[in-house]
Amino acid sequence: MTELSQTGAAVGEPTTGAAPDAFLEVRDLKVHFPTDDGVVKSVDGLSFSLEKGRTLAIVGESGSGKSVTSQAIMGLHRLGTRGKNVRMSGEIWLDGKELVSAAPDEVRKLRGREMAMIFQDPLSAMHPYYKVGDQIVEAYRVHHKVGRKEARKRAVEMLDRVGIPEPAKRVDSYPHEFSGGMRQRAMIAMALVNNPELLIADEPTTALDVTVQAQILDLIRDLQKEFGSAVIMITHDLGVVAEIADEVLVMYGGRCVERGPAAEVFETPQHPYTWGLLGSMPRIDRETSERLIPVKGQPPSLINVPSGCAFHPRCPYADIPKGNVTRTVRPELEQVGTGHWSACHLSAEDRTRIWTEEIAPKL
Amino acid sequence: MISYILRRTFAAVILLLVVSAVTFAIFFLLPRLVGQTADQLAQQYIGKSPSKADIAAVKHNLGLDQPVYVQYWHFIKGIVAGADYNLGPTTVHCDAPCFGYSFKDHVAVWPQLTSRLPVTLSLAVGAAVMWLVSGVVVGVISALKPRSVFDRTFMGVALAGVSLPMFFTGSLAILLFTYQWPIFGRTYVPFTDNPAQWANTLFPAWCSLALLYSAIYARLTRSGMLETMNEDFIRTARAKGLPERNVVVRHGLRAALTPIITVFGMDLGLLLGGAVITESVFSLHGIGEYAVQGITDNDLPKILGVTLLAAFFVVIANLVVDVLYAAADPRVRLS
Amino acid sequence: MSETTKPQSADGEVLLRVEGLTKHFPIKKGILQRQVGAVKAVDGIDFEVRKGETLGVVGESGCGKSTMGRVVTRLQDPTGGKITFDGRDITRLSTGQLRPLRRDIQMIFQDPYGSLNPRHTIGSIVSAPFRLQGVEPEGGVKKEVQRLLELVGLSPEHYNRYPHEFSGGQRQRIGIARALALKPKLVVADEPVSALDVSIQAQVVNLMDDLQQELGLTYVIIAHDLSVVRHVSDRIAVMYLGKIVELADRTSLYEAPMHPYTKALMSAVPVPDPKRRGQKNERILLRGDVPSPIAPPSGCRFHTRCWKATQICATTEPQLVELRPGQRVACHHPENFADQAPGDTVLLSVAQEASALVPDAVLEESAQTGEAQTGPGAKTSTGKAAAPKADAPVEEPAGGEGAATDAPAAEPAAAAEETAREVAAGSEEPAAAAEADEPEAPKASQEPGSEESGSQESTGK
Repeated sequence: MTELSQTGAAVGEPTTGAAPDAFLEVRDLKVHFPTDDGVVKSVDGLSFSLEKGRTLAIVGESGSGKSVTSQAIMGLHRLGTRGKNVRMSGEIWLDGKELVSAAPDEVRKLRGREMAMIFQDPLSAMHPYYKVGDQIVEAYRVHHKVGRKEARKRAVEMLDRVGIPEPAKRVDSYPHEFSGGMRQRAMIAMALVNNPELLIADEPTTALDVTVQAQILDLIRDLQKEFGSAVIMITHDLGVVAEIADEVLVMYGGRCVERGPAAEVFETPQHPYTWGLLGSMPRIDRETSERLIPVKGQPPSLINVPSGCAFHPRCPYADIPKGNVTRTVRPELEQVGTGHWSACHLSAEDRTRIWTEEIAPKL
Repeated sequence: MISYILRRTFAAVILLLVVSAVTFAIFFLLPRLVGQTADQLAQQYIGKSPSKADIAAVKHNLGLDQPVYVQYWHFIKGIVAGADYNLGPTTVHCDAPCFGYSFKDHVAVWPQLTSRLPVTLSLAVGAAVMWLVSGVVVGVISALKPRSVFDRTFMGVALAGVSLPMFFTGSLAILLFTYQWPIFGRTYVPFTDNPAQWANTLFPAWCSLALLYSAIYARLTRSGMLETMNEDFIRTARAKGLPERNVVVRHGLRAALTPIITVFGMDLGLLLGGAVITESVFSLHGIGEYAVQGITDNDLPKILGVTLLAAFFVVIANLVVDVLYAAADPRVRLS
Repeated sequence: MSETTKPQSADGEVLLRVEGLTKHFPIKKGILQRQVGAVKAVDGIDFEVRKGETLGVVGESGCGKSTMGRVVTRLQDPTGGKITFDGRDITRLSTGQLRPLRRDIQMIFQDPYGSLNPRHTIGSIVSAPFRLQGVEPEGGVKKEVQRLLELVGLSPEHYNRYPHEFSGGQRQRIGIARALALKPKLVVADEPVSALDVSIQAQVVNLMDDLQQELGLTYVIIAHDLSVVRHVSDRIAVMYLGKIVELADRTSLYEAPMHPYTKALMSAVPVPDPKRRGQKNERILLRGDVPSPIAPPSGCRFHTRCWKATQICATTEPQLVELRPGQRVACHHPENFADQAPGDTVLLSVAQEASALVPDAVLEESAQTGEAQTGPGAKTSTGKAAAPKADAPVEEPAGGEGAATDAPAAEPAAAAEETAREVAAGSEEPAAAAEADEPEAPKASQEPGSEESGSQESTGK
C-alpha cells in the first residue's frame, strides 16, 4: 500500500496509525487557518520523511507553506492566540511518537530537547532584555534539572563550540551587543544546548551577509556531523540548498511539487516550477548568458488555490497535456527516479525534452 | 549614567524655574495686563470696604507696588533663603523654603503643603498599586484570550470605568460603603497612627480612583501584550519548550510592561500634585483640596505653591521613569 | 545592464563623477554633548559612472554602500568630497537648487512596502513627481501615468487602486514607475530586488534591463547579492568599511578578482550546483566580523581579516590604482597580479590565523598567478609567505626583529616601513623553512626569494 522510496519515504496513500521506521515522518499534513476571508490552506497534504544525519531542504517562495510546515512539526501553531483557530490534520512521527494527536504538554517536553529550531532574524528572535547566556541557561534548565551554575557552564561551553570568541565573557552580553553573525551563532548554541536530534533551521542565513552565511552554513554542517542530528533547512535560496542539503523538497501553494536527492533535483529537475526557480536565479558561477527566465505572474492565494495543478496559471507548459487535465485534476506525486518524485501532468518524455532542450541550455 | 542624571537634574531645575516664572506671570502679571491696578489686587487681601491707607499699606507690604520681576525675584529668593512678610503691625518670618504666605489663612504655604502631602501620597500610592495590579492582570488575561467572554466583559467594564466621572463613582462609593453599609471609616487617620484604620478609610477612595485608571491600564496592557506575544522572541521561547506560563510572564509580560512604566510614572507624578476631585469628594485634606481652596479664595500664594509642587513631582517622575526604563531595557543607553 | 548596452561604456561620457566622497555621522557624548567620534560610513571614495552603463556596488552590511547611494543622490549631505553630475558640481547645492536636479536623479528603494504611502492611490503616487516638479506631461498627467504603469508591466486600470492591493513585486514595479516618471538620466537603486521572491526578482531584474535599453538609463545598483550584481552590472565597485577596495568591469572582477576581499566575498556565495559542494577547497572563510566603522583599522582596512596581510598593510593605506586597464584595486598584495609590496613578506599574526581558514588550493593558485604576472625573474614572496601552516610561525624570525611584527600599528608609517624591510630581510630563514613543510610550493621560489629580499633592502636605502 505504501510506496517506499530509498530513503524510506512514504508517499501517495499515507498509511495511518502505524509508527514508521524513519526518524521523522510527516504524513498528509494539513495546516489550515480559518479567517474572515476564507480558509487559508497553508499546508495542504504534505508527506515526507527524514533520517538522522541527513539534511532535507524545503524550498519555496513566501506563502508556499514551508515555514508553516516547520512550525507545525514543532507544534508552535497550537500556542498563543492563533492556536485556537488552527486546523491541523495528518501525522507527524518523530522517533516513534506521533505529535499531531499528542497532548500539548507532551509536545512541549519534546520541544527544545528532541527538536529545536533556529530562526531567520536572530535579533528579533532573541529576547532583547535578557543576556545571551541567561537565554541559553533557560533553554537548558527547562529540560535538565541542574543548578544555575552548571547550566551556565554549559552555556559557555556551547558558545565556545559555535565559535564565539571569549565565551566566558560574552555569555553576559545582551543580544544587541552581538553582531548579526554572532547572534545567529548564539541562536544555534541555544538550539543545540540539549543535543536535539532534529534541528529545524528556518531561513537561518537570509538576514546575514554572504561571508557570514558561509560561516554559519559551515557551522551547521560541522555540528550535524558531530551530533548526527537530522536537519531541516528551510530556504528560498537554491544556492544554500546545493551547499548543504542531501534531499530537496520543493513546495508550491502548500504542497510538495518535487522531491528527491539534491544532486538529482539539480541535475534533472522534473517540475516546471523547479525549472522556473532555477531560471530565475542569477548565478555567480556563470557568465550571464542573456536574460533571466522568470516565472510569470504572482504566487497563488492560499485561500483560493487554483484548481487542478496549483501552478497551472504560471506554467508555460500547462497546455501540453491533453484535455483540460492541468486545470481540473490535481497531480499526485509520482516516482520519476530513484527516490525522486514529482507532481506534474507532463509526460516523462515531455519533461525530459523540455528540460534538456529548452531549459538546461539557457541556465 | 551619573553624567546623565546630573544633566537631567540640571535640566529639571531650569524647567521648574520656567514653570514658576510662567505661573507667576499668569497670576501676577496677567491681572495687570488686563487692567487691574495694584490697588485692586491689594484690596483682595483686606476685609470689606477698606480704607485707602489700608490698601496702600498692604500694597507696600506685599510688594505689589514693585515691578513684577522684582516680586518674582523675592519669591525665588524666599524659596532658597526664606522671607519676611510685613503684615502692618507684625512681621512674619517664613522659613526657607518659603513658597509664599497665605494672607487669607495667615499661614505660610509650605508647612501647609507638607502637612497635606501624606494624605495625597496615601491616596495616590494606594490607588496606583490597585490600578496597576488590577489593570495589568485584566489586560494580560484579555490579551491571552482576545475576543473571549472575559475579554469582552472586562473591556466593556473598562470603557465604563473611563467614561464614568469621578464625582459619580466616588459619591456612589461613599453613599454605599460609608453610609448604607458603613464598613469603611470616614475620617482620615495617618498611616503612622493606625495602618489598618488608614487603609480602611482610604479604601473607597482608592477603589474609585483605581477604577478610572485601571481601565486605561487594562487597555494599555492588553494591546502591549497582544503585540508582544506576536514577537519572534516569544516563538523562540516556545521553541525552547518553556511552559506557556513562563513564556507569558518571563518573556511576554516583561517586554510588554516596560513601556507601561513610563505611563505609570507620569500618572503617579501627576496625581501627587493633587487628586483634586477625589480629595474633594472624599473630603480628604490633601494637596488637591488645598488647590481648590486657593482657587475659591483667589489666594494666589496657595495656587502658586501647589502648581510648583505638582510641577516638581511631574519632573521628578519623568526623570525616575527614564532611569527605570534604561534599567529595564538594556538596549536603552542614557546619554 | 546586459551585453547589448555594454561595449561603448568604456569611452562613454561620464555622467556622474565622485571624488574623495566622505560621509561621517557624528557621535556625541557627555554633559555638553561634545562630538567624541564619528561613524565613518563613507570614507573617501572615487568613481565615475558613464552614460548608459550600470555600475554595481556590492559589499556587506555596514560597508557604507547605502549611505553612498543617498549621498550621491543628495538625499543626505556629504561631509566632504565632490560630486559632479552631468558636468555640474552638485556637492553643495541647497534644497532649492536641488529641485531641478531631482528630475534627473531618481532613487528606487529596497522596501516595496515601506516606500509607498498606503493612503495614496497608485495614480497619485506615480504622478507625485509631476506635481512636485510642476511638470505637465503631454496628453495630461493621467494618461502619462497610465503609460508608465503599462511600461513597468502593470495594467493602466490599476490607477485608482491602493498599494496594499498589490504584491511585493508589483509594488516594486510601482516604485520603478514613479522613479521613471520624469525621465531621469540616472537611477540609483538601493537593493531593488532583495525583498522579493526569487521568481519575482527575475521579473524585476528583466524589467530594469528592458527599461535601460528602451530609455537609455544609467543605473547605479546597490546590492549585497553578488549574483544579482554580476547579472546586472557592467562595472562593479566592491566596498569594505567605507572604502572602495576594487572597481572593475564585470568580467575582470568575477574572473580574476584582485583584492583578497573580493575573492573571499565571491567564494562565499553559494552556487546552486551540488556537484561543486565537494570542492570546498575554493571557499575562503573570513574570520570574525567587519570591524566598527567608528574606529576602522589602520592602514588597509581589511588587514585584520586578510590572510595576506603584512606589516605594510597595517601601516600604509593602499591607494586605489589601476593595475590593469579597467581594473582598479587598493591592495598591497593583490591576487592575480604582481605584488605591490614585494619586499614586505612577513605575515601578521592575524593573517596567519586567517590563512588557516583559506584552502591550500587558493593559496597555491594565488602564488602561481602572482608569479605568472610578475615573470620568473621577480618572484613575489607572497605565495611563499602565505603558505606556511600554523605550526611554522613566520612571525618569530631569527634575531630580535620579530618583536616589531606584533606592534606595528602605532608607529609612524615611514618608520614602520623601515622596520618592515628589516624584518623582510630577517624573514627569509623561517619562510624557507616553512617551504620545506609545503611540498607543493614551487621549488624555484626558494632562492630568488632570498635574493629579492636582499635587493629590496639595498634599493630601499
